[in-house]
Amino acid sequence: MPFIPHTEQDVREMLATIGAPSIDALFDEIPASLRIQGLDGIPEGLSEMEIGRLMSERARLDGRPLSFIGAGAYEHHIPSAVWAITTRGEFYSAYTPYQAEASQGTLQLIYEYQTMISSLTGMEVSNASLYDGGSAVAEAALMAVRAHRKSKSLRVLVPSTVNPNYRRVAISTAGNQGLRFETVAYRREDGCIDREALAAFAGEDIAALVIQQPNFFGQLEDVDTLTDWAHEQGMLVIAVVNPTSLALLKPPGEWGKTGADICVGEGQPLGVPLSSGGPYFGFMTTRMEYVRSMPGRIVGRTVDLDGKPGYTLTLQAREQHIRRGKATSNICTNQGLLMTAATIYMTLIGPQGLAKVAAASMQRSSELVEALTQVKGVRAAFNGPRFHEAVLLLDRAAAAVLRELEAQGILGGFDLSADYPELGSALLVCATETKTAGDLARYAAALGAAVQKVRAA
Amino acid sequence: MSQVPADLRYAKSHEWARTLPDGRIEVGITDHAQHALGDLVFVDVPQLGTSLEIGGACAVVESVKAASDVYSPVAGTVVEVNESLSGSPELINEDCYGKGWLYRVQPASASGLDALLDAGAYSAVLAAEGG
Amino acid sequence: MNQILEKSIFEYSRSGRSATVQQPPGADVDSAVATIPAALRRRQAPMLPEVSELDAVRHFTRLSQLNFSIDTNFYPLGSCTMKYNPKACNQYAMLPEFLARHPLAPDSQGQGFLSCMFELQEMLKEVTGMKAVSLNPMAGAHGEFAGVAMIRAYHRARGDLARNEIIVPEAAHGTNPATATMCGCIVKEIPVDAQGDVDLDALAKAVGPNTAGIMLTNPSTLGVFERKIEQVAKLVHGAGGLLYYDGANLNAILGKVRPGDMGFDVIHMNLHKTFSTPHGGGGPGAGAVGVSARLEPFLPVPIVGRDGDQYRWLSEADRPQSIGRLSAFMGNAGVLLRAYIYMRMLGREGMSRVGEYATLNANYVMARLRQAGFDLAYPERRASHEFIVTMKRQAKELNVTAMDIAKRLLDYGFHAPTTYFPLLVPECLLIEPTETESRETLDAFVEAMTIILGEAQADASTLKTAPHTMPVRRLDDVRAAKQLDLTWKPVNSAA
Repeated sequence: MPFIPHTEQDVREMLATIGAPSIDALFDEIPASLRIQGLDGIPEGLSEMEIGRLMSERARLDGRPLSFIGAGAYEHHIPSAVWAITTRGEFYSAYTPYQAEASQGTLQLIYEYQTMISSLTGMEVSNASLYDGGSAVAEAALMAVRAHRKSKSLRVLVPSTVNPNYRRVAISTAGNQGLRFETVAYRREDGCIDREALAAFAGEDIAALVIQQPNFFGQLEDVDTLTDWAHEQGMLVIAVVNPTSLALLKPPGEWGKTGADICVGEGQPLGVPLSSGGPYFGFMTTRMEYVRSMPGRIVGRTVDLDGKPGYTLTLQAREQHIRRGKATSNICTNQGLLMTAATIYMTLIGPQGLAKVAAASMQRSSELVEALTQVKGVRAAFNGPRFHEAVLLLDRAAAAVLRELEAQGILGGFDLSADYPELGSALLVCATETKTAGDLARYAAALGAAVQKVRAA
Repeated sequence: MSQVPADLRYAKSHEWARTLPDGRIEVGITDHAQHALGDLVFVDVPQLGTSLEIGGACAVVESVKAASDVYSPVAGTVVEVNESLSGSPELINEDCYGKGWLYRVQPASASGLDALLDAGAYSAVLAAEGG
Repeated sequence: MNQILEKSIFEYSRSGRSATVQQPPGADVDSAVATIPAALRRRQAPMLPEVSELDAVRHFTRLSQLNFSIDTNFYPLGSCTMKYNPKACNQYAMLPEFLARHPLAPDSQGQGFLSCMFELQEMLKEVTGMKAVSLNPMAGAHGEFAGVAMIRAYHRARGDLARNEIIVPEAAHGTNPATATMCGCIVKEIPVDAQGDVDLDALAKAVGPNTAGIMLTNPSTLGVFERKIEQVAKLVHGAGGLLYYDGANLNAILGKVRPGDMGFDVIHMNLHKTFSTPHGGGGPGAGAVGVSARLEPFLPVPIVGRDGDQYRWLSEADRPQSIGRLSAFMGNAGVLLRAYIYMRMLGREGMSRVGEYATLNANYVMARLRQAGFDLAYPERRASHEFIVTMKRQAKELNVTAMDIAKRLLDYGFHAPTTYFPLLVPECLLIEPTETESRETLDAFVEAMTIILGEAQADASTLKTAPHTMPVRRLDDVRAAKQLDLTWKPVNSAA
């Protein structure tokens, strides 16, 4: 039997020790009417050789197209050492580090992760990670409502420049607790939050403003002014950031006069493969004064009985296994393995390396926009500074153009028409350091041909 | 056995209250409560000016193993909080009826503590809980 | 185990050192920065380590050696199902095409991946007896959230707006009440009787026109099968409520009984328990949800559907009543692939043996520990895949606690069982061996427990001060919580 080591003799002797006539007898407390006789719908088992062959065939069906899609998940080089170490059994098959003495490796690694992410985001404290970027935004909204000392408001402003899927996750996660998410329009010139639309909320009792930087369109928001405005209005500021960009962009802890209050984001760009959407990890950092309102695990450094330094989970009284119905969240996971990969990634890449990754991504992206807007009928949607993504407007339906590109082995970007119908035919494109000049040229040539073909059809 | 000073009044949820000479009421958690929680690591006191209802959750006391809400035994407005608890939550373990007080209120009505248990009745509650 | 502590990665850091081979060639930081408005630029580099690749590899490898793990130690960790994580599951889930696939790539560029997900949904339906499955939730608690949110959505869709109470037995996992609160529900706890079954009288009194549903784990967290499950289902359904199955203990009954047949309307499965995806030191998990027909419209999206021989994601447009999205993309895809591979290797025959051998191992260890002088919390009952030892007597007579036993076990190379859960049983050790452990390992564990009991009788201080052979001794939790030290700081920093 796969992964069951018992010999017939073992079974006989174990049953004798128990005093039961058969394995089936061990289930005699279960009403007989409920017991099933087999699992006919499950296929026959496969040997490792057979499953290897099957999975290779399935993988081949997925292909390896040249992709220019970003929209919240980004292709970056991942050093070989990252997953070679992360998948060591001692990390891969370890349990949550509740038994601190037998988990110092995981605990110290989390502490180092907390240090790196806090510094990267310019905030004082970090948790040990959440599920993903979307759920981190939802948890941040719940936390802001909980942590706000002066307001009991359940309203949170989430501009339409925030990733639409993050907004959806926030609504499905926090809506049941009465949180109301209200959108704020963006400016058509530069794809940034419309300050006039925002000003309409002045003087109202609102718990928090969410600011994504770079925003979903890849554009850079005027984070200082937005942060100060929100604070003047008595709102907390939730920053949603791309960790790679923070090598070059002002960290949320320094936004405006006093900095953002909670910072979250998708950690995937830090050494986590795209992998069809997961597992990724969400990061969350905040001010020390809000640490007790923060959901998720946190590791602290302390000493043992001999005064020797060591690490342990701390502030656990906030968590579900102790506080039950009054916990800060029902969460009892951190994406430990992904956070492990990210910590090794940040270590291997280092501060200069991360700056180079960010710079190279900006340059490839800007060259891509330059090349694609040479194609007739294609233009950039917005002015203003960008990070590594851009919105292109097409004079033909984006879906049709994308299909033509796909036929040439290219994934041309993310079609925005469902989420932003007012833009018309619009495509969000991304290039990172992994793209070569040849890749960009190949896309530009293919786009020319694709647009022409759609126009002719 | 827990200490239950005779001159205080108590709530079943293990808070005590004391009327100060100027009419304000001082509130804390009982010896039984601090003992059950163990070493306190954090105390979240109410904000000044908050108006409290009887039985409303108004503070949190946190140890390594539990975080418990404190329910106000009296109605009134918070006029003073014990600032020293933020740096020294252990004051509650060391002297819960003295230096470990949580907050003081201006009571909403003069009849303030009449509804609370006296030391004898609270001791009976503890005995019934097996404590 | 390596007992030498490893210094912080930041202590290896030297300004100007780096693993240059990992950096993109030709990147021009200055000209990129020049395109960023001055006010939006970073002024000071983040404090990330500046080390060589070898420094990094050694540091993190050494850290790994300070851990217990399934690959190195037996984890009799009740409620957590720490079974072997087959290496093939990892290797074949990490094929380059799977890793490179963008979550927003069109369905046509993912038929291989999607076919695995579709088949996984089908297999999970079969083993649980549910009508439909969504793979979206990213952990057990996330699946619980989805489940309770669906229950609420179901009542709302029928205009039954008053139903906001969730009934939870007092032995439940802490996540159950926390989840109910997150879903905006009121929690009503009910007691269990002396034999560990739900108190039916208390349940009958608790249900009513406000009942949204009940959350049950079966076998319960007490390590016994809830024998009155059919009556419970009848009572709750009769009152208009729904039944939620917490799949934490699904391993106990896999292949023997199906939650769908017991009358449950919604279930979450911890794929990182029953279907052997790794725990990863605290995640990622996966908390797929299964539902009966009446809850199918409310499943979280996306779900994999099939049109002819093509697979595609079903989204909000296909499922307008869905409770929505719980993750930015489609959940922990890589974890789901591992569960798929595991289930395909086990197959029909292997899968129906999981519950049997998990139960055999638990009852065997229970019988042997009883012989060795340990007290069982429910001596009259069969163990499910786990059981509870209570140290109440030893705590009183010998002044040793469950925690002392747990810590001493580490010295013998065994991870501690779950301690102090369920809260209902004083000084408890919840022990779950899983089916993948051999009899010899179980015997060695029993032997260690027996020796420890002898030590407790001879000189309790050996236990009180354990562990003695780990990299650190017991840690000062009070100091950790009071003097919060959550990030590394340079020795000479002002802070």
